[in-house]
Amino acid sequence: MTMDTLNITNGDIILEFIYLLSALLFVYGLKLLSSPDSARRGNLWAGAGMIMAMIATMVLHRNGEGEGIKGANLAIILGAIAFGGVIGAVVARRIKMTAMPQLVSFFNATGGAASALVALIEFSNPENQSGLVTLLGLIIGSIAFSGSMIAYGKLNGNVKDLFTKWLTYINLLILAGIVFLLLFILFGHAPAETKQTLVYILLAVSLIYGISFVIPIGGADMPVVISLLNSFTGIAAAMAGFIYQNQAMILGGIFVGAAGMILTLLMCKAMNRSLINVIIGAFGGGGAEGLDREKGIVKEISATDAAVMLNYSSKVVIVPGYGLAVAQAQHICSEMDELLEANGVEVKYAIHPVAGRMPGHMNVLLAEADVPYEKLVEMDEINPDMSKTDVVVVIGANDVVNPAALDDPSSPIYGMPIIRVHEAKNVIVMKRGMGKGYAAIENYLFYNDNTRMFFGSAKDSLQKLVSEIKAL
Amino acid sequence: MESVLQFFYANKEAIFIIALTIFLGLEVISNVPSVLHTPLMSGANAISGVIIIGGIILVGHADLANLGEGSNLLNLILGIFALLFGTLNVIGGFVVTDRMLEMFKKKKK
Repeated sequence: MTMDTLNITNGDIILEFIYLLSALLFVYGLKLLSSPDSARRGNLWAGAGMIMAMIATMVLHRNGEGEGIKGANLAIILGAIAFGGVIGAVVARRIKMTAMPQLVSFFNATGGAASALVALIEFSNPENQSGLVTLLGLIIGSIAFSGSMIAYGKLNGNVKDLFTKWLTYINLLILAGIVFLLLFILFGHAPAETKQTLVYILLAVSLIYGISFVIPIGGADMPVVISLLNSFTGIAAAMAGFIYQNQAMILGGIFVGAAGMILTLLMCKAMNRSLINVIIGAFGGGGAEGLDREKGIVKEISATDAAVMLNYSSKVVIVPGYGLAVAQAQHICSEMDELLEANGVEVKYAIHPVAGRMPGHMNVLLAEADVPYEKLVEMDEINPDMSKTDVVVVIGANDVVNPAALDDPSSPIYGMPIIRVHEAKNVIVMKRGMGKGYAAIENYLFYNDNTRMFFGSAKDSLQKLVSEIKAL
Repeated sequence: MESVLQFFYANKEAIFIIALTIFLGLEVISNVPSVLHTPLMSGANAISGVIIIGGIILVGHADLANLGEGSNLLNLILGIFALLFGTLNVIGGFVVTDRMLEMFKKKKK
């Protein structure tokens, strides 16, 4: 507010103008990112907007007393940016594509941490009049940070799922504690020092909440959680933007928050579950077991028979799941695909929106193995063609092809859209054993007359298939 | 109730911006093909690194001459960490998104 009493210089006007331009570039960039042909340009435009805003801030920003950024401060800023930038760029360039879900989570965590730190420092600044947004930025940023770190650990295999009924209640309690602390710091009567201590406690409790909120969430729900945390980071940045009345931060943050939220809801829709249901983690906790249908007989297939079946088909559809990623079998899968194509078989991939551990996980995995993206077909487009498909190969997927989602109202996954592989002429299921999927429910697809099971790790099984096809 | 209305009136510009930006976000993203879900998420993630501006402002106006006073030194250190994390988010996010998209691109026949 002190700004109004000062003379506004040309620098201030140019700075605001550049912020406006940056905000527009963020929107334009994300718009281009939503179409395959322009996506790369979109990313570059958004990046350009960010660099513009950063440089303009360093050169033109003035504080409440009208002072610009001094040389010594600028040196520290540039040093920190150079250091962080080099690490960020090297990690982003070097890391294996298969570690992408972890990396996206990690970068999201750093954004949340930055927001939480900015809010923490600004709370003690007497010139800062916006207590509410500062504390919200602190809370949301901390949750995004610790939650994303737990997500990182889970995706990396360091952190196991932990679910007890208790945790739901503990989480509600912690959440109530956060709200109470927030209200007390804002409206309660206490000396400034006490409030400062309470802010540290609020920070700690928010960090704990991030951990306890993500830890019970199971693997198949990770796409929802990752995009939700992504949305949180955007909102936290916007809150910090309100502290500085900075339009680029506000617009960029809210925009990312909204985009992350729509992606989250898209993921929820693909599982036919509500966001609340995912967060509370009622999945598998309920008593619903599904109809106790009569099981058929499990019929195994040998590598030779499977190879013959595939090689003499005209249409083959591959349904990849998390098992493909775990076995790191994408390259050998692509090799089989190329062999079959060379023998005149049409091969397509059916991608379920929540297959894998992050939104679009299967696409990234297969792209890494040089599978052209035109061959990756979305669920709704491929389902009508299923009855004309000769062989479907299910690799490490389970719940997304479970017909109980269509015809068994008592099943926990009833109503979830699935890839209708049971309509195809033949189905080969590659699986390590007869274990149940994430939802821990029986999959009657495995007992169907036209289903053949091919047991073994996806990589070994595909390797055997490739050798057999070559030998034909 | 009255204070809520007053809050709305006092912050009407911000509230307009938020409402329209949310709408814009929903419109821009709603029809994204699943092939782009990961790059979109990672690109959006990089944009949320805009918090780095906050870090620049904080460290930029830190009082280096009087670091001994109050929590100046602590704030400077925390501010530098905010800058570091923000840079990781921005640079790492944009670079990894570019790498992913490059991978998608080269397979286009």
